[in-house]
Amino acid sequence: MNLNATLIGQSITFLVFVWFCMKYIWPPLMRALEERRRNIADGLAAAERGRHEQELAAKRAAEVIHEAREQAAEIVARAERRAAEIVEEAKAEARAEGERILAAARGEIEQELNRAREELRRQVAALAVAGAERILEREVDERAHAKLLDELVAQL
Amino acid sequence: MATGELTAGEYIKHHLTNLTFGRFPDGTWGWARDAADAQAMGFWAFHVDSLAWSVGLGLVFLWLFRRVARRATAGVPGGAQNFIEWIVEFIDANVRGSFSARNDLVAPLSLTIFVWIFLMNLMDLVPVDWIPQLAHALGVPYMKIVPSTDPNITFGMAFVVFGLMLYYSIKIKGLGGFVGELAFQPFGRLGAPINLVLEGVALISKPVSLALRLFGNMYAGETIFILIALMYSAGWVLGVFGGFLQLGWAIFHVLIITLQAFIFMVLTIVYLDMAHQEHH
Repeated sequence: MNLNATLIGQSITFLVFVWFCMKYIWPPLMRALEERRRNIADGLAAAERGRHEQELAAKRAAEVIHEAREQAAEIVARAERRAAEIVEEAKAEARAEGERILAAARGEIEQELNRAREELRRQVAALAVAGAERILEREVDERAHAKLLDELVAQL
Repeated sequence: MATGELTAGEYIKHHLTNLTFGRFPDGTWGWARDAADAQAMGFWAFHVDSLAWSVGLGLVFLWLFRRVARRATAGVPGGAQNFIEWIVEFIDANVRGSFSARNDLVAPLSLTIFVWIFLMNLMDLVPVDWIPQLAHALGVPYMKIVPSTDPNITFGMAFVVFGLMLYYSIKIKGLGGFVGELAFQPFGRLGAPINLVLEGVALISKPVSLALRLFGNMYAGETIFILIALMYSAGWVLGVFGGFLQLGWAIFHVLIITLQAFIFMVLTIVYLDMAHQEHH
């Protein structure tokens, strides 16, 4: 075991190597490690945030669906109510129309009846006049006996 | 065994001798021919094999990590990036666990120490004869391929750590604070001389123990590998037995080399943490 200048050579080499390592090896490696650590942390945070947002969205979707269902039910109910109303209205209208038609028909019948009665009266009067003419064997002056005839017609 | 004409003792000695380039006592520079030459060179000698393997493995570490660091993405990492990040996060967790102050130097320092020492120790698992034999064939007489079995290497690193400890102690606490810490603990102002001796020993023992622990473990492990390798020349029964021994020791050594790299790193972190802390 003899100590000699090898020691100095080794010391200088050691210092140079440490300097090189400190300058060119350690910093880039640590930077890469640090950056990856940060990336992973960011990724995990983003995943957490995403999960949270997804939960919120699911909750909101459920709310929206619930609301939509309620609205749909309301709309259906309203439509049903409206339909019933329309049917009722139609029924009432139809009834009114029927009554109106019936009244009109009655009026017409009445008119027709009156007209027929009038016609009958007139014919009976003419028949009566003709009968009377035949009985009297002479002409009845219509003008002279108009008053009498009218009275007769009115009596029929 | 290296060559037929070597004795066991020579074989071991050969394996534990560094390839040395240095200044001979007469002032000329040149390659040491044997251990005695290297011894005679004194301080001004370089273990060329230790340095070359150490620097080469350090460059492998830097190249590998730099290649990944340059393309590091925050996206899905590839296989290489995943592996490097795994190591880096392991180091980072250790630094965060043991080092309480803020210092951008400590984590890269720890990474360099851990991976570099691990790679140097890993050379211990290469069968002891392969590369020395290859070097011998190429005309290189000595080749020690495990730099961490060379105390120069471990002390070189430990002294840098020691220097950083002193630097940060003085920077954080001031020269007065640092000397005060050495002089006025644990027995107060009146026991300053005793304190200085105690704390001085404690301080000096840190880098020494750091270096010697790594060196001792690796040297012992390497020596056992060499001893096991000796068995290959002692007949096929011992050879097969040696093969199993080498396998077992290598598997156990996987733990040792990782553990030693880890201990060196953790102690460095702890020492630097102590340097950053002010005692009152």
